[in-house]
Amino acid sequence: MSIRTVITLGLVAIALALISLWMGQQAYTWFPPQASAESVLVDQLFSFLVTLGTFIFLGVVGTLAYAVLFQQAGKYDTSDGPPIEGNVPLEVVWTAIPFALVIWIAFYSYQIYDQMSILGPMEHVHGKMAMASAIAAPPSKSSPAAADALPPIEVHARQWVWEFRYPDRNVTSTELHLPSNQRVKLILQSEDVLHGFFVPAFRIKQDIIPGRVIDFGFTPIREGRYRLRDSQYSGTYFAAMQADVVVESPAAYQQWLTAAAAQPPTEAYNRAFEEYHLAQNPISTGWKIVEPASPPRVNVSTNPSQNPPSGKESKP
Amino acid sequence: MTNLSVEAIAQIEQPLPGAPDNWKRFFSFSADHKVIGIQYLVTAFFFFLIGGLLAMVMRGELITPESDLVDRAVYNAMFTMHGTIMLFLWTFPALLGLSNYLVPLMIGAKDMAFPKLNAVAFWMVPVFGFILMASFFVPGGPSQSGWWAYPPVSLQNPTGNLITGQTLWLVAVAISGVASIMGAVNFVTTIARMRAPGMHWFRMPVFVWTVLAAQIIQLIGLPALTAGAVMLLLDITAGTSFFDPAKGGDPVLFQHFFWFYSHPAVYVIILPIFGVFSEIFPVYARKPLFGYKVVAISSLVITGLSTVVWVHHMFASGTPGWMRMLFMATTMLISVPTGIKVFAWVATIWGGKLRLNTPMLFALGGLTMFVFAGVTGIMLAAVPFDIHVNNTYFVVGHFHYVIYGATVMGMYAAIYHWFPKMTGRMYSEGLGKLHFALTFIGTNLNFFPMHPLGLMGMPRRVASYDPEFAFWNVIASLGGFLLGMSTLPFLLNIIGSWVQGEQAPKNPWRAIGLEWLISSPPSAENFEELPIVIAEPYGYGKSEPLVSNPDALEVAHESR
Repeated sequence: MSIRTVITLGLVAIALALISLWMGQQAYTWFPPQASAESVLVDQLFSFLVTLGTFIFLGVVGTLAYAVLFQQAGKYDTSDGPPIEGNVPLEVVWTAIPFALVIWIAFYSYQIYDQMSILGPMEHVHGKMAMASAIAAPPSKSSPAAADALPPIEVHARQWVWEFRYPDRNVTSTELHLPSNQRVKLILQSEDVLHGFFVPAFRIKQDIIPGRVIDFGFTPIREGRYRLRDSQYSGTYFAAMQADVVVESPAAYQQWLTAAAAQPPTEAYNRAFEEYHLAQNPISTGWKIVEPASPPRVNVSTNPSQNPPSGKESKP
Repeated sequence: MTNLSVEAIAQIEQPLPGAPDNWKRFFSFSADHKVIGIQYLVTAFFFFLIGGLLAMVMRGELITPESDLVDRAVYNAMFTMHGTIMLFLWTFPALLGLSNYLVPLMIGAKDMAFPKLNAVAFWMVPVFGFILMASFFVPGGPSQSGWWAYPPVSLQNPTGNLITGQTLWLVAVAISGVASIMGAVNFVTTIARMRAPGMHWFRMPVFVWTVLAAQIIQLIGLPALTAGAVMLLLDITAGTSFFDPAKGGDPVLFQHFFWFYSHPAVYVIILPIFGVFSEIFPVYARKPLFGYKVVAISSLVITGLSTVVWVHHMFASGTPGWMRMLFMATTMLISVPTGIKVFAWVATIWGGKLRLNTPMLFALGGLTMFVFAGVTGIMLAAVPFDIHVNNTYFVVGHFHYVIYGATVMGMYAAIYHWFPKMTGRMYSEGLGKLHFALTFIGTNLNFFPMHPLGLMGMPRRVASYDPEFAFWNVIASLGGFLLGMSTLPFLLNIIGSWVQGEQAPKNPWRAIGLEWLISSPPSAENFEELPIVIAEPYGYGKSEPLVSNPDALEVAHESR
């Protein structure tokens, strides 16, 4: 290789690296707001992956594009290219570098996962040892004295209702309220089929499996109203199975619990139930489907405008 | 079925007078691998159009946030059937068709090892295709549990009937599994036993290597899926409780059965496309395939690794932490042999004398989109990030770049490249390039927006969504409709050229390979005398002969 080629290649690599670093920074803006301690970690990892990925993608596609633009055969040129059948040092390099890269990515991902420690121990016997260390590790720096850890909140999923119970305060709700800057513990249960607990702003997700009780934990860090979505396909009204998650200051959270406990239970609003019992559904085929569960009676119900039923407007 | 001797195959073929010009054989129980190959391709393309129509209805629903075009139950049936049709009735049969047509020609054989078994395996495709289509007309509609058919949703039977969309779906999948196992036995045997004299393992074209690697996966994995489907069928119809948690079954067990096959199935799909890329780039860059032996072997490495990565589909499922970490590591590793292939193709193209015919354009476009899919694939392997995007549109975008971007583009590249060989006619370059432009733009317009949607948190399989996702969905829908339109110039080109295209010579691309030494289309028995192979497959720029008996391969009057 001539000096000229080396310099050109070096300059191209620097340019690609700069573009890749810039893309890695852009990656943070492609997500919903960072509303949990875990989201900060996940976004860091994604930014790193975008940086590496951009470099590889541009490197490969740039090379192809150069060849397509400048190495076409002339119209009447029927000769062949140089019969190069391989190059062992080059092949060793392009095997070793990806190998090292994926080991790096896997190790970095492992570290991030270890810090998140979102999942409690599974019932599998062999799972216990590995998870024990993750549970023992302190959650994250942000939580205050571990002594006043929050009592766990029960999450009950069924077709197609999210119901949240705060057993220590005897409160039920179809809106999930959480205090900020405290590690929250959820107990996930399903009464019928698989569901998925997914809050995009928290970057966390866990399938809920009927017949199992799953311990789940994370730390909200930003006050606001976010969306909880069912992420594991659960049948006809799967898409309608959403709920609001409200993160508020610990004081406001306690206030909400007290106020909620004082409210008499009423029938909650439920989008699936509402749509199923719509007087007229102009696009119905009449296929027999699983009937939505009756809305639960709760102290605090979702505001219908947050998740309005489809098909209302089309009523005559 | 016993192995037929070459004479016996010849006798089967005799009752078809003037075979290459007789169109009726395409509608018969023919045992000619070339006829079966084209039967597979045409049948599969028919189902591709049906699956595409379903997708366009889905994109029509998703162009607005509300659920307002079709009933939610219909939408759920649409995505279930779209996925099932596209995989079991388009991708697999189309690739089997290509492999059927090419493998015997490429290894210098007169037919497959078991020609009648081959025909039986093909004719099962229309049978289970019919069963699957029939499910649209049973009470309660077709299966609505997604192509994964995860219990307990797939066990729910609100109609109370025995014959439901779900049971028909399971029967169809089981038959498809049996047919694919038949095909796999046939391919592996053919490649192992029917190679022409001098066709050593390391003289086989890479396409043959990739078909071998893919069909070995079928033999390992399909029994698990077929058994899972039968167990689910028993749960629904006979009251067993393998997977029903209400009766003590384990729904996660089904996920293991399902993905133990269905992840390797992705490699059954992509490996032959890797083979197509490896055949096409040397021809249109006029250079030998870079690192031939490494590329060939890496296919088998992928086969091995593909059987130990399945849990990465279940990271968000009831999967303990240690299992998540283990399968993250194996999934990362499988990108290494894949990366080797990508670099080898780039090195093959680099410094060549490129000719941008339609097959080359499709192969380049397919490679570009495969690299993108590879990058997002590594991202998905990283557990913490996967936890966020698992079951979102990010995953849908990723695998459509693999299945449409790389696989369908690769299929088109292959169809154009071997069209003169299959039909004896040349296609129209102008229409071919138009088809490429529409497909490339449509694919990116349709599937790129799915990545930002997934990052924002839009779950897959939703019939309605929050208004914040509307912008990217509108673009994706427009891309989807464009993709639908992009099949029109293809159909026009293929049908028009087959009927009245220019006569194709033996070897219009000056390509190296046994199939290019015989007439277009080849005679019923392919080779009058078996070729004696004396060189490695990609001798571009070396002007060395591939076989020692090029003039004896055909009866003189048959060559054009």
